[in-house]
Amino acid sequence: MSGSNLIRRRELVTALLARREGALVVPGLGSPTWDCFAAGDSPEYLYSWGGMGLAVPTALGVALARPERRVLALTGDGADGHRQPRRGRRANLAILVLDNESFGETGRQSGLTGAGTDLCGIARGAGIQETLTVTALDQLDALAELMFHTSGPTFAAAKIALTEEPWALPEKDGAVIARRFRGTLGL
Amino acid sequence: MAAYDWSEDVFEAMRGREIATVATVPDGGLTRLLKRCEADAGTRVITLTTEEEGVGVLAGLWLGGQRAMMALQSSGVGNCINALGYARTLRAPCLMLVTMRGQWGEFNPWQVPMGQATRPVLEAMGVKGFPVDRAEEVGETFAAAADLAFQGDFAAAVLISQRIIGAKGFGK
Repeated sequence: MSGSNLIRRRELVTALLARREGALVVPGLGSPTWDCFAAGDSPEYLYSWGGMGLAVPTALGVALARPERRVLALTGDGADGHRQPRRGRRANLAILVLDNESFGETGRQSGLTGAGTDLCGIARGAGIQETLTVTALDQLDALAELMFHTSGPTFAAAKIALTEEPWALPEKDGAVIARRFRGTLGL
Repeated sequence: MAAYDWSEDVFEAMRGREIATVATVPDGGLTRLLKRCEADAGTRVITLTTEEEGVGVLAGLWLGGQRAMMALQSSGVGNCINALGYARTLRAPCLMLVTMRGQWGEFNPWQVPMGQATRPVLEAMGVKGFPVDRAEEVGETFAAAADLAFQGDFAAAVLISQRIIGAKGFGK
């Protein structure tokens, strides 16, 4: 572990989502989904209970289909934090990795970022110029700016603490979640 | 006799159904179709790092109101297995165009296990299989699979036989 993981995930997600200004949100399975629901339910959140590794690709698809809307993929370092939109693709997509350097969902086994994997470096290698590492809540303004007010793909990794949060379980039926989300887009 | 070019039929069927995005890890048999798509200003080609990402990209495009498909080799179907459960749980349409290996006259034994398992694996994950072994029938088979997928929010895969693509060899 790097020792820099100090941010409380629920505090960060709640504060960030309060500033999303209409951005659509695709949280990854498990904790990012519980974090979003705990911050307040919205049909603009595509909750997921499964599909490991698919939050960023799904958010990319939404962003390509809806270029007028900002889309936030909210995922973990163990799930698909290493996946990036392909070089040169100008999707209106923000990626935030909640990085606790662990597989928090499955028993806190060590993750790759604690062993030196540089997620922002991977993002830059994939052609995302704008990246940010967040280590304290006082960077919230810069994070919100990068996620919601910068055009094109942007990437941030937030060093979150490995904490035990109260359960906050949203709708479980994927077909219902998907159609609720589409409904907000008039589909 | 020149081989029948099914890619034009598929492209026309795509256009007629507003399928404007192809997510792909390419295969030799898909070359003409992908080049046709890349040459068309109204069609978007997304190159994936692994096929499973395509299931997410397709779901996302559908969530945003656009139709898309995947084009991949049968070996790549194996990389999608868990992801296909995502499309099924969302009840999102998932249309796949698969060029087969390990099947008709395959020279490379390393391709055979996944090639032979492709259809059973797809069906185990609830993907409706549409095998086709005549080049002239690829277009109509693709159209039928696309209609099933997008009208009913199902996953469907067109499996283009290696008999159409032609078995590879190393100069023999």
